Amino acid sequence: MTFTFLMQNLINALQWGSFYALIAMGYSMVYSILMLFNFAHGDIFMVGAYIGLGVSLGLLSLFGTGAAAILPGWVLLVLTILISMFLTAFVGIIVERVGYRPLREAPRASAAITGLMIGIMLETGNILFLGGQRFKFPQLHQFIAHTKWGMAMRAMAYDYVVVPLVGVPMNTIAAMTFAIGSALAAAAGILFGLAYPVLDPYMGVSFGWKAFVAAILGGRGSIMGACLAGFMLGFIEIMTVPAIQIMNRLFSLNIGSNLRDLIAYSIVLVILVFRPHGLFGQAYSSKLRL
Amino acid sequence: MDEATAPKKIGGLFYRLDQFFKPVPLLGYLLGVLVCVLWEQMAGEQLSAFLGLPKMPVLFGLLTIFKVVAGVINLLIKGDAFNWATLVHVPTALVYLTVIYLIPISLVARASVKPANALARYLQGFPLIITALVQLGLMYAVLHIWADMSDYRLITLKLTLIAVLFTLSLNIINGYMGEFSCSHPGFMAIGAYMSSLFTVGLFTSDKVLGDAVFTFSAAYLSFPLALIFGGMMAALGALIVAIPSFKTRGDYLAIISLAFLFIVKSFFENMQVLGGSRGIAGQPDWATLPVIFITMAFGIWTINNFVTSTMGKALNAVRDDETAAEAMTVNTRKTKMVAFLFGAFWAGVAGGMLAHVLRYVNPAMFSVQKLAEVLAMVYFGGLNSVYGSIVGAVSISLLGEALRPLEILKWIVIPLLLILVMIYRPTGLIAFKEFDVRQVFGPKEVD
Repeated sequence: MTFTFLMQNLINALQWGSFYALIAMGYSMVYSILMLFNFAHGDIFMVGAYIGLGVSLGLLSLFGTGAAAILPGWVLLVLTILISMFLTAFVGIIVERVGYRPLREAPRASAAITGLMIGIMLETGNILFLGGQRFKFPQLHQFIAHTKWGMAMRAMAYDYVVVPLVGVPMNTIAAMTFAIGSALAAAAGILFGLAYPVLDPYMGVSFGWKAFVAAILGGRGSIMGACLAGFMLGFIEIMTVPAIQIMNRLFSLNIGSNLRDLIAYSIVLVILVFRPHGLFGQAYSSKLRL
Repeated sequence: MDEATAPKKIGGLFYRLDQFFKPVPLLGYLLGVLVCVLWEQMAGEQLSAFLGLPKMPVLFGLLTIFKVVAGVINLLIKGDAFNWATLVHVPTALVYLTVIYLIPISLVARASVKPANALARYLQGFPLIITALVQLGLMYAVLHIWADMSDYRLITLKLTLIAVLFTLSLNIINGYMGEFSCSHPGFMAIGAYMSSLFTVGLFTSDKVLGDAVFTFSAAYLSFPLALIFGGMMAALGALIVAIPSFKTRGDYLAIISLAFLFIVKSFFENMQVLGGSRGIAGQPDWATLPVIFITMAFGIWTINNFVTSTMGKALNAVRDDETAAEAMTVNTRKTKMVAFLFGAFWAGVAGGMLAHVLRYVNPAMFSVQKLAEVLAMVYFGGLNSVYGSIVGAVSISLLGEALRPLEILKWIVIPLLLILVMIYRPTGLIAFKEFDVRQVFGPKEVD
């Protein structure tokens, strides 16, 4: 049990947590505006990763690789991330337009179903047509809290019936929220692709649902909470393995180290039992729209 | 009322069809379907040979049609070779469907209006249970004859009936109580594993669970016990979700239930005693069609009685406004507890049957995909409605089977259909409709 072993695990946990955090922030942003969870978000993450792959391959062939490179590697990386975020934002806007805007007045569960179905369609579409480090986004929090658009977003979250009446363009804001959330997912997708260079069409499913857990664990609509809870979930998932190993060595037990999910979600369950509104969520008094 | 003053009924084809079949009671349809399955058993092979179909269509000719469609799509997308001669299968399959099913059903159902109504009225004089048993018996006979013609039909029918029960049990929580529970595949997994533990552990020799404890010939009589054991264990597991639901609602409860699903799956993956991620195989073949049919009918009857009882109305009150319900002396904790345990029990029973139909069970069967599937069935069919669950489960199962030739494209078509249903009917096809057994089995009064 060396120091480097622990450090390696810690770095892995941070990396893993940053994926969850980025995706969970997207969930949380959409929630804070429209009061619904975008269940297609995990698959947007997948699409983002694939777009990132395509963009980076395109840029590499344009600007050359190795000794013949015209641009340094980090410029290419930044360009890849920016272009993919931009493109994935459009995917998000389309998802909002097709799956969510017609259902703005419908029960929330119906929108959840359309989200799930769009997710399945994205996965299938992918199959049909194609047969990291810690990454902080402090600017995002700045944006929500301090700019004019951010104020409009928070106003919508407050009351989306009255706010359009005072001249805030609701559809634009909703589309923009989806765009930003999707762009974040694209960033997560590219970072994931850099760290674990195997992409598959179903990678969004497990990540999406786990990030969804993180988004709620942090408190609905709380972006800071989602970010922290994402890192926490990643930390718990990664660190249970060395923890079990240490336990086994200290007490000479024989616990399997693949109990990761069991332990991680038991912790989530216990946290939610004792803090029913998540880590940073506020207890709601008004009745929610069902 | 004479011709001039009578309001002119303007309607298209569907309106006229509706008027034409309005006086037909369920009994009439059952007679019609009975005649047509007997007719198919008698003449199906000859007719399909006469029409030049490769073999007798197993699923109303839908599979045959979509096989041709898939061929055309593959030709257009990939440029695969397409045998143009098969194009003729589309009209012939339609002819088969019409001759074997549509014409006999409509003729017999319409022609037997008078005797069927008279019989239904006569049966109404007896206690409800007699009426129900007679008609359910007839329904079973129809399904049995239909499924007898091929193994494919039998397994499809079994899985569909299980899906009906499973969907209905989720509708208790998501529809009637208005929570968004994601834990149902977890309950199903517990039921499947525990009933397998019961049957495989006690009555068969198995690599994972050891030798049989008892060996006697009538062991299959214990299958109901196995199902009840599985259901009870699922209900016990549901306590983990039910107790937090006292304080937590909405999205947070959805997460608790989702975490529960992940925990259950991970638990069974890690239980080497229960076969780990390979699961348990070799369940005895006890989930026969009559067993499944009786269990499903009993489940629908119990659940329908439950949701129309005072307790069921309390569920709706909790969904609409928990605080107001509490103020009107509804015991919300008891209501939630009962709903979760009851829903989980039937999910567990459905799981037990699923394990014995497939004759193996492993944790990967109860993943998020299963969740998406059952949620789709509930919301497609309609919330807060027994009819809705039956319609949703049957139509999604049959659609999934019929579109099987499209392979991967199936997962574009089905989601697209669901999105359209959600946009135009956000609460599902048949939502908030009460299932009145007397009305279903009774005669149709016509003036």
